[in-house]
Amino acid sequence: MFGKLTLAAIPLSQPIPLVTGAVVLVVILAVLAWVVIAGHLPYLWREWITSVDHKRIGVMYILLASVMLLRGFADAIMMRAQQALAFHSNGFLPPEHYNQIFSAHGTIMIFFVAMPFVIGLMNLVVPLQLGVRDVAFPTLNSVGFWLTATGALLVNVSLVVGEFARTGWLPYPPLSELTYSPGVGVDYYTWSLEISGIGTLVAGINLVTTVLKIRTRGMTYMRMPIFCWTTLASNLLIIAAFPILTATLAMLILDRYLGFHFFTNEAGGNVMMFMNLIWAWGHPEVYILVLPAFGVYSEVVSTFSGKPLFGYRSMVLATMAICVISFMVWLHHFFTMGAGPDVNAIFGIASMIIAVPTGVKIYNWLFTMFGGRIRFTTPMMWSIGFMVTFIIGGLTGVLVAVPPADFLLHNSLFLVAHFHNVIIGGVLFGAFAGYTYWFPKAFGFRLHEGWGKAAFWFWLIGFYVAFVPLYAVGFLGMTRRMQHYDIAAWTPWLHLASIGAVLILIGIICQIMQLVVSIRHREALRDVTGDPWDGRSLEWATASPPPVFNFAFMPDVTGEDAYWTMKRRAREEGAKEPNYQAIEMPRNSPTGFVCAFFATVMGFALIWHIWWMVIAALIGAYATFVVFAWRDHDEYEIPAEEVARLDHANLNARRGLVTAAGSV
Amino acid sequence: MNILDPQGPIAAADKQILIDSIAIMLAIVLPTIAAIFGFAWFFRASSTRAFHWPDWQYSGRLELVVWSIPALTIILLGGVAWIGSHQLDPAKPVAGIGQGVTIQVVSLDWKWLFIYPDQRIASVNTLTVPVGAPLHFQLTSASVMNVFFVPQLGSMIYTMNDMVTRLELRADQVGNYLGLSAHFSGDGFPDMLFDVHVVSAPDFASFASNTVESDRVLNGDSYRQELLKQSVPKDKTVYRLDDPELFMAIATQKIPPGPGPQEAANIGAGNVR
Amino acid sequence: MAVAAVASARGYDPHLIGLEDVSHDGPASKRIIAGYGFWIFILSDMVMFSCFFAAFAVLSGQTAGGPTGAELFNLRNVAIETAFLLCSSFACGMASIAAEVRYQLWFQVAMVVTCLLGIGFLIIEFHEFADLIARGAGPSRSAFLSSFFALVGCHGAHVSAGILWLLTMMAQVFAKGFRADILRRFLCFALFWHALDIIWVAIFSVVYLLGSAA
Repeated sequence: MFGKLTLAAIPLSQPIPLVTGAVVLVVILAVLAWVVIAGHLPYLWREWITSVDHKRIGVMYILLASVMLLRGFADAIMMRAQQALAFHSNGFLPPEHYNQIFSAHGTIMIFFVAMPFVIGLMNLVVPLQLGVRDVAFPTLNSVGFWLTATGALLVNVSLVVGEFARTGWLPYPPLSELTYSPGVGVDYYTWSLEISGIGTLVAGINLVTTVLKIRTRGMTYMRMPIFCWTTLASNLLIIAAFPILTATLAMLILDRYLGFHFFTNEAGGNVMMFMNLIWAWGHPEVYILVLPAFGVYSEVVSTFSGKPLFGYRSMVLATMAICVISFMVWLHHFFTMGAGPDVNAIFGIASMIIAVPTGVKIYNWLFTMFGGRIRFTTPMMWSIGFMVTFIIGGLTGVLVAVPPADFLLHNSLFLVAHFHNVIIGGVLFGAFAGYTYWFPKAFGFRLHEGWGKAAFWFWLIGFYVAFVPLYAVGFLGMTRRMQHYDIAAWTPWLHLASIGAVLILIGIICQIMQLVVSIRHREALRDVTGDPWDGRSLEWATASPPPVFNFAFMPDVTGEDAYWTMKRRAREEGAKEPNYQAIEMPRNSPTGFVCAFFATVMGFALIWHIWWMVIAALIGAYATFVVFAWRDHDEYEIPAEEVARLDHANLNARRGLVTAAGSV
Repeated sequence: MNILDPQGPIAAADKQILIDSIAIMLAIVLPTIAAIFGFAWFFRASSTRAFHWPDWQYSGRLELVVWSIPALTIILLGGVAWIGSHQLDPAKPVAGIGQGVTIQVVSLDWKWLFIYPDQRIASVNTLTVPVGAPLHFQLTSASVMNVFFVPQLGSMIYTMNDMVTRLELRADQVGNYLGLSAHFSGDGFPDMLFDVHVVSAPDFASFASNTVESDRVLNGDSYRQELLKQSVPKDKTVYRLDDPELFMAIATQKIPPGPGPQEAANIGAGNVR
Repeated sequence: MAVAAVASARGYDPHLIGLEDVSHDGPASKRIIAGYGFWIFILSDMVMFSCFFAAFAVLSGQTAGGPTGAELFNLRNVAIETAFLLCSSFACGMASIAAEVRYQLWFQVAMVVTCLLGIGFLIIEFHEFADLIARGAGPSRSAFLSSFFALVGCHGAHVSAGILWLLTMMAQVFAKGFRADILRRFLCFALFWHALDIIWVAIFSVVYLLGSAA
């Protein structure tokens, strides 16, 4: 009746997951109770859960990422603590647990923190920067978000019902095959990622179509903000790479469920093929993450230096070069598999070549600062911190791209330090910069600067204190994923690293404080005009938060830095009274949420082999789409008077700014 | 286990390339980092000295320099990578004293088996080799992927079932070192440390002749009985090798790969050392 | 001829079918956006198929002592399957034209023909799989057979989903007529159906023809 699921799946004998699960469950129920009792449910359903507005969906993506950051970081703290304690000792986490924790840490951080964060930022900002009303496929956008949330939910359910994968964040066979991983852990992993992978692909199709086909009048490709170029490059990579992940995990699922032999030891399976396929996805994946972050830095550095971005065209060239080359380097993840010197050398050189456009970007940001008037706001601090940190991470990356060096450093903690260096220093700092930079646009008030700067310093210093010792211990021969060890020389470095983790924890607490304090003092931090930073691109031409239709009139664009030009012209010529018209916007829809509900049920049922539930969920999901397809009214109209009212409010606020400040 | 303290020519050459690459890159990276701090400070908004070029956004000459610096660095490093990859290919034979020793390595859950087919001996979790002689490793796995790695002797290499990988090393100093598996392979993975004893040629000869008189025999049956199941052994057994084709039987799956988790697995710290 | 007569009577010139007004100023039209986005989805689906093709190429020699493609494949059935799929694409093209001129009856007839041919394809393929499994040449026999079943089966699963979509489109057009959003959806369906044909051409070339030549 319930497949493999029994009460024994709940970890009653294991205090850590049991207590954690209980606490989280209580918190969730309490929040739900408060929402319902205080009468917020209709608002939430109408304005957020069924919303197809790219701004709302972007915020929800970032909210999901932030919550999962806490879960992934909890895993990290446990790992650092275990490794600090486990010299000649079993520590406090037996291997079965420790192995799940590092697997969950990597899976959650990549798929449910980094990906949703950058996709959320792109969703929130790109239509505004392009001067249009929404993305290409608004309802599909909602489906994509909710399917990602499904994946995150399934991974967290594994904490209290069953177990998670014990293979690492990439389930290399034969360890991940049924023979050596007979439990449900790998199944939680594969189904969670297959489902959220559909969500990611949908986001990719949406954003590419938006950037290529939906721009305001006059916005040619070479007049788009650089963030839109990096969005294009990143989402092209999503479209090209995520199907590889889908196919490869499907092969693993076929092996585990139906006795296929893609990657088994027996009957001719080929584990090297898994390595090639998974890294053919895996390497573009990290560029999917970092390219939007590069876009954020371009926007932030330009705005807070008061100058246009230096070398726009070579930035575009560099971005697209990174996009293409990222598909040609995947073998550097397994130089030590024995492919031979020619193959190793070619992929090593290709991996280094990608450092050229990346270096060009750093220099262009440097020269954007040159001759500017730099304001050290929190987003700018994150950007400068990124530049220094990412260069070091890039250095260590090019180092392990040299095969003979990799022969000593593969899979060591040096490697772990390298990829955290570029992901934290590159992707996460960029996400935090973007979060702080665009928060006022999304919510109408700025984040508290003091707490923001404190968070930055604790993160920056904590990062170095946590990961420089890992570089050192990698030189001392320590390999990754060790639940315990017997080499005395490693211990002091691991102790130091755990101190770094605590500093980062303080940084995260500062970010939580920042949010709480900012909400409490939101009137004092209010962004009245919609342009709190004296911005250069079109999102700053709207109110904060923008009305659902973004722009009363989609602007006419004549050059780069469209909004900067608009401001200059408005100062010189003054504003004309517009002729408002009614605007049609897409209707909200519960399709995304309902579809994800069925996907969650189906995923859970597949994991536990509850076949009747799988079929029921499939029928439910299909029915959801048919119901959606059957609706007769997919848009609603906002009358011209309403458009005028909303637009006038913002224009008046802006006029106040101009007359008060003179020329900015 | 310090990779910066090599005890053999392969490790020394790997380390040299590592240091050289870091040096080449630091030559670019350090000035760039200095420029980042310098520009950020000099052009701060509160500065009265700094000039302001609000519309400066392009310079052809600067673009040329900006593309050239990383490109030239990468060309140099690319040369290092090409030459180094060929000279230090794991399967490339290393010169040394005499013909050398052939060692067949099998990674199991969760231990290492070292078979010396010419000496007709085998050992678990201990690798004894003569100093200065070429060491010809043939590697396979009885179950999941692992990586054979002796940090102070040189390059690491994967072990995979149904496949044989090759590694050529040489140890130049008598002494005791450590090796480990550098690829996560399951619950007993942290215990896959092994001792590496580099001894003089006469000591190696006597080790071989003593071991071959051992009453522990390694053949297909004892391999299946004692080693194939998932376990972390307490002792470092040495065997007389009864079946010189044992390694190929494992590598070609004539002896099927090891089984997965069973009730009787005994795993945990403190068992081995 | 009859179609053209009906078409001009209804005010649509059949010579103008497919000619869209592409605006370069401002956002593109909904029809272009829908088609473009769906093309991108099809490209991503082809990337996924290419992984299965790659796996097939890598594993095609791994028969684990079991039967090879040459021993198993029945090229006569493959030829019939191919004919069915190609004809169904033609029928789908007819349905597209009927949709352009808004002719409900011919649209439904063409869709029924497409559906029957597609189901015919699936029946033959199902029998082929059942037969192989009964002969002990199922996907768990060897890595080669795993990759065969996965690749061909993945295509078959896409065809099955396509049939479901086809039936839904028939119902929608019957219930609501040739509304703009329904036509956009049908455009996507047609693209999907033709793309499956292209994948099948690759499959019968790489898997069946090359596999049988061994």
